[in-house]
Amino acid sequence: MFELSPEGKELVKKELARYEDKYSAIIPSLYQIQKENEGWVSPEAVDHLSELTGIPHSHINEVLKFYTMFNLKPTGKYHIQVCCNITCSMFQARELTDDLCQKLGIKEGEVSEDGRFTVSRVECLGSCDNAPAVQVNETYHDNMTPEKMDTLISELK
Amino acid sequence: MEAKLLSEHYSDDSYIGLEGYKSKGGYAELKTAFKMKPEEIIEVVKQSGLRGRGGAGFPTGVKWGFLPKNGEPRYLLCNADEGEPGTFKDRVMMERAPHQLIEGMIISGFAVGSHKAYIYVRGEYMDSVRILEKAIQEAYAAGYLGKNILGSGFDFDLDVYRGAGAYICGEETGMISSLEGKKGQPKLKPPFPAIQGYLKKPTIVNNVETLAAVKYIIRDGAEGYRKYGTEKSAGTKLFSVSGDVNKPGVYEVPLGYSLMDLINNECGGMREGRKLKAVIPGGSSAPVLTAEETGRATMDYECLAEMGSMLGSGAVIIIDETRCMVDMLKVILHFYHHESCGQCTPCREGTGWLEKIVRSIVDGNGRLQDIDLLNRVAENMKGRTICALSDAAALPTMSFIQKFREEFEFFIREGRSQVKG
Repeated sequence: MFELSPEGKELVKKELARYEDKYSAIIPSLYQIQKENEGWVSPEAVDHLSELTGIPHSHINEVLKFYTMFNLKPTGKYHIQVCCNITCSMFQARELTDDLCQKLGIKEGEVSEDGRFTVSRVECLGSCDNAPAVQVNETYHDNMTPEKMDTLISELK
Repeated sequence: MEAKLLSEHYSDDSYIGLEGYKSKGGYAELKTAFKMKPEEIIEVVKQSGLRGRGGAGFPTGVKWGFLPKNGEPRYLLCNADEGEPGTFKDRVMMERAPHQLIEGMIISGFAVGSHKAYIYVRGEYMDSVRILEKAIQEAYAAGYLGKNILGSGFDFDLDVYRGAGAYICGEETGMISSLEGKKGQPKLKPPFPAIQGYLKKPTIVNNVETLAAVKYIIRDGAEGYRKYGTEKSAGTKLFSVSGDVNKPGVYEVPLGYSLMDLINNECGGMREGRKLKAVIPGGSSAPVLTAEETGRATMDYECLAEMGSMLGSGAVIIIDETRCMVDMLKVILHFYHHESCGQCTPCREGTGWLEKIVRSIVDGNGRLQDIDLLNRVAENMKGRTICALSDAAALPTMSFIQKFREEFEFFIREGRSQVKG
């Protein structure tokens, strides 16, 4: 069973009224669910949102699965997203990702044993002048190196 | 030489807030615009030669002119779903000068008769979303947004919508689908959004930089704006430069500016004094230029089109002699395969095949006939789909092969990169 917090429900209600069409509330609501559900959107959460909004869950699922920022399985507390697109890959982003996975003992998309980390390769983050760029949850980190990554990991408790 | 029109105050932190923005002449053009008739503004924008800065380069005033000439409600939608690999100028604009965009949008909304607008920001840009939301609140509190703005009788509401990770939502009809709470799949045109867009109402979709530029066209007039740039590519443009240069970043220069000057003057030349090999001049979907072509290129719509490439979003990726073009194409094709929305067969299947073939070459399993196969698949993907994503994968493929064929052949023959050893 998943249920949004009272604040979460309030947000969904506000989003439903915010746009001309209630379907526009799906994406902001899914973000809220993800925030309250350890970084992912579960099938139960989709049912819950469908009930709250009156939008069929087939449609919510369609939206959920189309957008890459929604996770379909649990993620670590810190979701480390390494841009491996063109400029970042020129500056060793792929090697950085492999190195990071090895250090954490996980494969891409997995959660580390202590529940702290998930590592994913992502597409262009729009920070190509600071390549390689890494996004941890909502925060950008620039010009990453293996050393800077070590420091970052040790600071994320 | 840099021409700081839009970016004049980007290094000034106070410009982010309303007071700082106003102290630098902010919202003065809004007052000027309210003294004009909407059709006069459209005419000035037409005369200025402003073209869409998101990638397509379509004349902005002409796009606005496609709207029905009746009182039907219409939407203005700002495309801030900046996703073309190599592009980061919109993020800088939103985070350094949110009010500049807001002012540009109010003026544009007034011109096209829209009372409701959205800024669709890509989901990853949370900082941009926060900064814009704060600026919008400030603008409402100061009476620049809402009912009867500055006593003009004009009402205008503005809201931010956060996307959720999909390159295709940068395509204007894909963005409309997304804003409607659906998968961000592009729609067949016609009908064009100006006739039938968001919620089937007339909708104008313009890029962040395009809307911000409108403010300066009002300030300086069409002629003033045309002091920058060339006859057909008027004004300034913000270029996002990344890759093998000493000072990557966002630089505003007049259109028609020499690409070599951009590299050597603004960007401090090549990193570690290495030799230039290639440049992708307009985001990863733009066909690549060789070093020789780069030496002749000027950064305007016409010159790059004549060279078989495009200005696109102004994302300039500089590539030096140590880079493997086969590997770079693999990265590019992985992206387009990943981002294909899946509704058109040539794109859905074609992007997958292109990636698969180049990957097999990089893995050492390439066959010489794969080069022609890549060309054939790419040829069959061009111009056969609802939107331009298919072409965006096909065109770089063909240009990489045409201009760096030897590297592909070497990789296939030797099972390793020609440059990486």
